[in-house]
Amino acid sequence: MNIFYLILQVLVFPGLLFAAAAGLATSWVDRKVTAYVQMRVGPPFLQPFYDVLKLMIKETCVPAGAARWLFLSAPLLGMAGAALASMLIWRAFLPLGQTFSGDIIVILYLLTMPAVSVIIGSFAAQNPLASLGGSREIKLLLSYELPFVLAILVPVVQTQSIRFSDLLAAAPAVYAPSGVIALVVAVVCMQAKLTLVPFDAPEAETELAGGAYLEYSGPPLGIIKLTRAMMLFIMPLFLVAVFCGGIVFDKGWLPVLGGVLKYLGLVVLVILIRNTAPRVRIDQAVRFFWGPATLAALAAVLAAMIGW
Amino acid sequence: MGFAVNILTRSLNVFHLGGSACNNCDIEILDTLTPRYDLERFGITLVGSIRHADVLLVSGIFNKKAAVRLKRVYQQAPRPIFVVAIGSCACTGNMFQKSYNWDVPLDQYIPVDIYLPGCPPKPEAMIMAILKLVNKLRGAPPDASAGKSRAAKQKRGA
Ligand code: SF4
Repeated sequence: MNIFYLILQVLVFPGLLFAAAAGLATSWVDRKVTAYVQMRVGPPFLQPFYDVLKLMIKETCVPAGAARWLFLSAPLLGMAGAALASMLIWRAFLPLGQTFSGDIIVILYLLTMPAVSVIIGSFAAQNPLASLGGSREIKLLLSYELPFVLAILVPVVQTQSIRFSDLLAAAPAVYAPSGVIALVVAVVCMQAKLTLVPFDAPEAETELAGGAYLEYSGPPLGIIKLTRAMMLFIMPLFLVAVFCGGIVFDKGWLPVLGGVLKYLGLVVLVILIRNTAPRVRIDQAVRFFWGPATLAALAAVLAAMIGW
Repeated sequence: MGFAVNILTRSLNVFHLGGSACNNCDIEILDTLTPRYDLERFGITLVGSIRHADVLLVSGIFNKKAAVRLKRVYQQAPRPIFVVAIGSCACTGNMFQKSYNWDVPLDQYIPVDIYLPGCPPKPEAMIMAILKLVNKLRGAPPDASAGKSRAAKQKRGA
C-alpha cells in the first residue's frame, strides 16, 4: 500500500483528526448529559473545542526540577496511542486496507498508552501530588487490565480468532450468556480506563487538585484533554465492536444508525455511572478488580469455552 | 477582537485563592458555581490547579504572610492570567485595614483586572463581574451584554 495513504490514515481519517473531532463531540455529550442529570442547561456544542483551542494559545510552564523533555513529550505518546487505536478499529469497520491477525492484541496494547503516558508525565513533573496521582494510576492500570483482557478473551474464544474483522463478521458476543457477563465486566473496566468516577482516584480534583495532570499547562494540557476525549470516543466504540457487532456500513443506513445508537447508549451508560457513583479509594478499586471482576471474567471465559 | 481573545473569553477556567477571608465570600463563590447558576453555560469551570487556570479569583485580605503565597501563586500561573478581586476585603482591606498584620491592598502586590466590592457580593454580582471582564477583554464597553457586543462587532466589521 502507498505509504502516503497510510500516513493520511493515521493523521486524518480515521486516525488523529477524526478521532479528536469525534472525541470532542462525545465529550460534549458527556457534559450535556451531566448537565441534565444536575438539572441545568450545560455548555454549548463547541465548548470542548474552545477549551482545547484556548489551551493551545496559553503559556507552557515547566516546573523547576522537572525532567523537561519527558514531561513535554509524554502527552504526545498518549495521543499517538489513541490515534493508532482509532485507526485500527475503523479499518475493521471500513474497507480502508487490510486487517491482520492479532490486531485485537495490538489495540489492547495501544489502549494502555494514554495511561502509561499519564504515569510518565506525572512522575516527570517532580510534584508530590502529581507523583501520588501517578502511583494511583499505576495501581489502577495493574488492577483493571487483568479483568479487561479476560473479558475481551470471551468473544475471541467464541469466534476462535484474534482478528478484528472475524469478530465483526461472527454473531455478536452478547447473544451468549458468557458475552453478557464479559460485557458488564468490560464496561466497569472501561470506566476505570477512562479514569471516570468512581475510579477517578488518580485525578481526584478534591484532594490531589488534578493529580497526575497537576503541573501541566498550555498546549501539553490541551493534548492531554484531547487524548482523554479521544479515549472517551474509542473505548465505547471498541466495546461495541468487540461485543455488540460494531457498526456495519455496507448494508444500508439502518445498521449504521443501529450501530451509532449502540455506541451512544454505551456512552450514556458510562456518563450515568460517572454521575451517580461516589469515588472509591484506590485499595477498594484494586480489591474489586482483582476479586469479583476477575472472577466474573474468568467464569465468562470458562462458559465461553464450553460453548455457552 | 482577535481570534485569541475570542477563544479565551469562551473558555475561562477559574482558580479560587482564599486569603484571610471571613469565609462568607468563599461561600458565595461556591454558591455561584452550583447548578442553579450553571456557569458552564458560558464555558466557566472551576479547576483545582493554578496551572490550569485563566482567572485567579481572589477573596479575603492578604496579610503579610499570605501575600508571599499570593505572589508565588500568581507567578506560577501560565500567562495570560486575569485577577478578579471578590469582596470588599480583596478590593480595599475592608474592616481589617487597621489590623497589625495588614500591609497594603491586594493590587499593590499583583495587578487586578476586576474589582467586585460587596460584603459579600451576591452570585449574580459575580456573574456580572465575569461578564465585565469578558467585555473588557473583547474591547467592548463594560456594560454591554455579551450578545450586544457581538452585534456591535459585526456593525464595526461591516
Ligand atoms: S468582604 Fe466581607 S464577606 Fe467577604 S471576606 Fe471580607 S469580611 Fe468576609
